[in-house]
Amino acid sequence: MPLETLAPELLKAFWDTLYMVGISLLAAVIAGLPLGVLLFVTDRGLFWENKPLQTILGFLINIVRSIPFIILLVALLPLTKLLVGTTIGPTAAAVSLSVAATPFFARIVETALREVDKGVIEAATAVGATPWMIIKDVLLSDALPGIIHGLTITAISLIGYSAMAGIVGGGGVGDLAIRFGYYRYDNTVMITTIIILLCLVQVVQFVGDSIARWIDKR
Amino acid sequence: MIDIEQLTKIYNVHRKEVVGVDHVSLSIQSGEIFGIIGHSGAGKSTLLRCINLLERPTSGRIIVDDTDITALSGAALREARLKIGMIFQQFCLIRSKTVFENIAFALRAAGKTKTEIETRVHELLEMVGLLDKRDAYPSQLSGGQKQRVGIARALANNPTVLLCDEATSALDPATTSSILQLLKQINRELGITIVVITHEMEVIKEICDRVAVMQNGRIVEIGRVYDLFTQPQQPLTRSFVEHVLRLDVPERLLQARTGTLVRILFQGPAAEQAILSDTLQTFRVRGNILHGKIEYINDTPLGVLLLELSGDEQEVERAIRYMAERTKGVEVIDRAA
Repeated sequence: MPLETLAPELLKAFWDTLYMVGISLLAAVIAGLPLGVLLFVTDRGLFWENKPLQTILGFLINIVRSIPFIILLVALLPLTKLLVGTTIGPTAAAVSLSVAATPFFARIVETALREVDKGVIEAATAVGATPWMIIKDVLLSDALPGIIHGLTITAISLIGYSAMAGIVGGGGVGDLAIRFGYYRYDNTVMITTIIILLCLVQVVQFVGDSIARWIDKR
Repeated sequence: MIDIEQLTKIYNVHRKEVVGVDHVSLSIQSGEIFGIIGHSGAGKSTLLRCINLLERPTSGRIIVDDTDITALSGAALREARLKIGMIFQQFCLIRSKTVFENIAFALRAAGKTKTEIETRVHELLEMVGLLDKRDAYPSQLSGGQKQRVGIARALANNPTVLLCDEATSALDPATTSSILQLLKQINRELGITIVVITHEMEVIKEICDRVAVMQNGRIVEIGRVYDLFTQPQQPLTRSFVEHVLRLDVPERLLQARTGTLVRILFQGPAAEQAILSDTLQTFRVRGNILHGKIEYINDTPLGVLLLELSGDEQEVERAIRYMAERTKGVEVIDRAA
C-alpha cells in the first residue's frame, strides 16, 4: 500500500486504539480499583474481614481471567449489543476490553495494597480512623506508586489485546497490522504498525514510570 | 485508670491453640508510668494491644476510665480509641504523607475542623520539637524524629492513656534516652497514664514507677521498680535486674584475688552513708574495691559494690555481718582461698 493511502488509515487506526484502550482503562479504574480494595480489606485480620465474600470475589475474577480474550470477545457479543447497541466498531470492542481489564487490574491493585505496611494500618486503626479514612489516606495513598505501575502494565496489555478487536471490526493499529501486514503480506504496513505500537508502548511505560517516581515519597 | 480483669487471649495458629495472655489481672493507676517487661513471646505485646482492642481478647474485661473497652465495637470503639494514644517500635507513619498530614490524620479521625487542626498540629510539633519538619516526609526524618511524630500523632486528641509498644527498641541509646525524657515530660506535664512494654530493663529503670514481669502469658512479679531492683523474687526478674546491675571484672583480677569477694547492694539512705569506711575502721580487715556503680531509680540511689576483704577469717565474717545489718544486701560471691 502506498504511503499516501496508508497515512490516513494509520491515523484513524491510531485514534481507534487510543479510544479503545482509554475507555477500557477508565473502566478498569472505576470497577477494578474498588474490587481490588475489597479483595484486600476482606482478607484475614483486616477491618472488613469476610472470607466467604473474598473467596467468591476471587473465584469470579479468576473465571474471567482464565478465558482467552478472543473467546471472551465473542462470548460477550450479546452483552455488547445490550450495552452499546452494536457489536462492531471500536466502542463494541471497548466493552470486551473493559471486562478483561477490570479483573486484571483488580488483582494488581490487591497486590499493590499488600505492599502497604500492616503496622501503618494498625496505627491508623489505633488512632480511631474510620475504614473509609484508612482506605483513602493509608491504603490508596501509600500504594499509589504501585497502583500507577499496575495501571501502566494494564494499559500495555490492553494495547496488545486491542489487536484482536479486529475480529469484531474494532479497528486499531493492531487490527491494521493483521489485515494488511499479515494477511496481505504487506511488509510496509507491518513494519510501520509495529513501529507505531512500539513507540506507543514506550511512551506509556515512560509516562507511567515517571508519574510513579514523582509521587513516590519513600 | 486501666483495670484489666482475667484477660486471656488464645490464638489459633495452624489449627493449634496458642495461649498469648493467660488470665492476667492488673490495675494501672491514673498518671503513673507502668512498665511491662518480658522476653519476646511472653505476651506483653498482646496484652498491650488488647487495651485498645487492636487484638480482641478471648475472655476477660478491660476497663479504661470507667468504660468497658471490650464491650465496644464500631463507632463507639473508634470514639474510645481517640482517648488512647499508641506509639510503635517501627513508628508506623504514613509514608506518602508529610509530618503535618500524619498528625492531622488523627485529628480528622476525631472530626476536627481545618482551623482546629492547624492550631493543634502547631502545638504538638512545638511540644515534640519538630516545628521545622512540618512539611517533611517520613523518609527524610531520623528514627528519633519519626518517633516524635508518632508521639505527636498519639497525643493529638488529648488522650488519657498512652500505650508504648517497644517504642525505643529501634533507636540508638542517645535517641532512646531523649525519647524517654520526652515521655517522662509528657507524663508529668499532661498527667497522661503511660503503659510501656519493653524487653530492656534500662527503659524500665529510666521512666517507670511500677513494673510487671511477664513470662509465658502470665505476670510473675509486679511491684515498684525500686523494690524489684533491690528485692527481686523471681529468677526472671533477677536476670533482668542483673543485666543492669552487672559488674564485670577482668578475669585477671579475679585470678589474682586472695581475700573474700563480696557484692554489696546499698539501698536508699544506706547508699548515702559512709558504711564502708565505718566497717574498715571498726574491724581489722583490709578492703579492696574492685568495681562499683550507683544507679538512680526514680531519683533514689542504688549502689552496687564489688569488694575484696582480706585479713583474719573471723574478722572478715564479722565485717560481713556488720555490713549486712546496715545494707541488707551483702552477697558473698567467693570465700578466701
